Amino acid sequence: MLTTLAPILLQATWETLYMVGVSLFLATTLGLPLGVLLATSGRGELLEAPLFQKLIGPIVNATRSVPFIILAVAIIPFTRLIVGTSIGTSAAIVPLTVAAIPFIARIIEGAIREVDSGLTEAAQAMGARPLQVVTKVLLPEALPGIIHGLTLTAVTLIGYSAMVGAVGAGGLGDLGIRYGYQRFRPDVMALVVVTLIVVVQAVQMFGDRLARKADKRNI
Amino acid sequence: MLRMYDRLGFAAAVFLYVRKRLRPMIRLSNVQKTYPARRGNDAHAALRGIDLDIAAGEIVGVIGRSGAGKSTLIRCINLLERPTSGSVIVDGAEVTTLSKRDLPLFRRQLGMVFQHFNLLSSRTVYGNIALPLELAGASKAEIAAAVDPLLPLVGLDDKRDRYPAELSGGQKQRVGIARALSSNPKVLLCDEVTSALDPETTRQILTLLKDINKRLGLTMVVITHEMAVVKALCDRVAVMDRGVIVEEGNVSSIFANPVHATTQSLLADEFMEFRAGTDAATDADASATISDGQEG
Repeated sequence: MLTTLAPILLQATWETLYMVGVSLFLATTLGLPLGVLLATSGRGELLEAPLFQKLIGPIVNATRSVPFIILAVAIIPFTRLIVGTSIGTSAAIVPLTVAAIPFIARIIEGAIREVDSGLTEAAQAMGARPLQVVTKVLLPEALPGIIHGLTLTAVTLIGYSAMVGAVGAGGLGDLGIRYGYQRFRPDVMALVVVTLIVVVQAVQMFGDRLARKADKRNI
Repeated sequence: MLRMYDRLGFAAAVFLYVRKRLRPMIRLSNVQKTYPARRGNDAHAALRGIDLDIAAGEIVGVIGRSGAGKSTLIRCINLLERPTSGSVIVDGAEVTTLSKRDLPLFRRQLGMVFQHFNLLSSRTVYGNIALPLELAGASKAEIAAAVDPLLPLVGLDDKRDRYPAELSGGQKQRVGIARALSSNPKVLLCDEVTSALDPETTRQILTLLKDINKRLGLTMVVITHEMAVVKALCDRVAVMDRGVIVEEGNVSSIFANPVHATTQSLLADEFMEFRAGTDAATDADASATISDGQEG
């Protein structure tokens, strides 16, 4: 049994890691500047842009309010526009990324707001320009928090990636539903669940280790 | 003919030298700072017309109780706070009219040291001291040339690659001082730099600052609420109360003949601490309780 299942399981695990990895990367690239702006664009803050903040806050909240499965279906036209198809592993990356961007933005906003405002003041007193304060002070100091947040996002995305099986994306969740549930194969279901546990555990441990390495506040 | 030009040249040189010596490094004229009214709070006048001249190479203390406006005053010098009105002239240039683009360039001429150190936890001692130079776009070699001699100056040769979390309070403040000096500033602004330190460490930091002033001829503005700091460090002192300077003069004459009530009460605090110190010296049990009280 294992010999026939092993290649399928391996394939599904790879698909999950691929979807989560790529969408985490894309969402971080887009969510990072958004998070920085959310944290610093308020009135009297570093990159003052109150209008932007008033506009972007509700959009971020709205995206986060939509249940993921509905979001994935609702943006199918957008997915088709970008990837050319709405079915398959690559297509699933679009809704995963869209869902993760506001999540990551809020996490990065929170991590930056945790940085002592005295450091911003000190940097400004040294003659740092606003962008330099962000790149030389805020982001390095917020890094442990950001890594924790990205780990959390990765684990959440692994959960979401199981749902995109519903739009034909493949991956571990899809394997569980099609083989384990629809074909009445509890052994496959168990295998999928165990694999997911192992993957999540590994991601969490890797993230924790990375965050600890970046954190110089308690040596 | 030639001799006349020589004389003219000499006169011009003398004129320039005298002007340079007479021109204050910092001149505050009628500086006011009012925080606008906010939900539930009335408008608050933190500074109500400050006039203060600080000569090059001088150490001037600004003393007052909390809320007197001394922190706002020092922040008006490097424009961390923008004065509501009045003029701030640093080394001959009006700075309140500087644009957002030019402001960082001006601030690089001033160093600032903080009560709570404000070191980056993610950078080593070396990295923290190098930061102002990095911000100014200095090369790796230039940074090393500036930072390496500062480490022995502040007594941190052996802590070069340590992180702030591994340092004591006094060592952290030494990093703070070295960082403020690394961009070779004209003025050092010290905001309650010893208030988070114990008495012995305070004494060491004050000695270090005095030493730096002598060696580099650096102008210093020292904000404090302790007369002992003024006595140990400053040439001149300005006493602040509720947003105005109520008394100003040489440290010795202010100590000998305090006129204003605020000055007298600040000196009374100092006397109490002095009494506590002598009592402690004669009574070991008392010293334990007193030092506990001071830390709290």
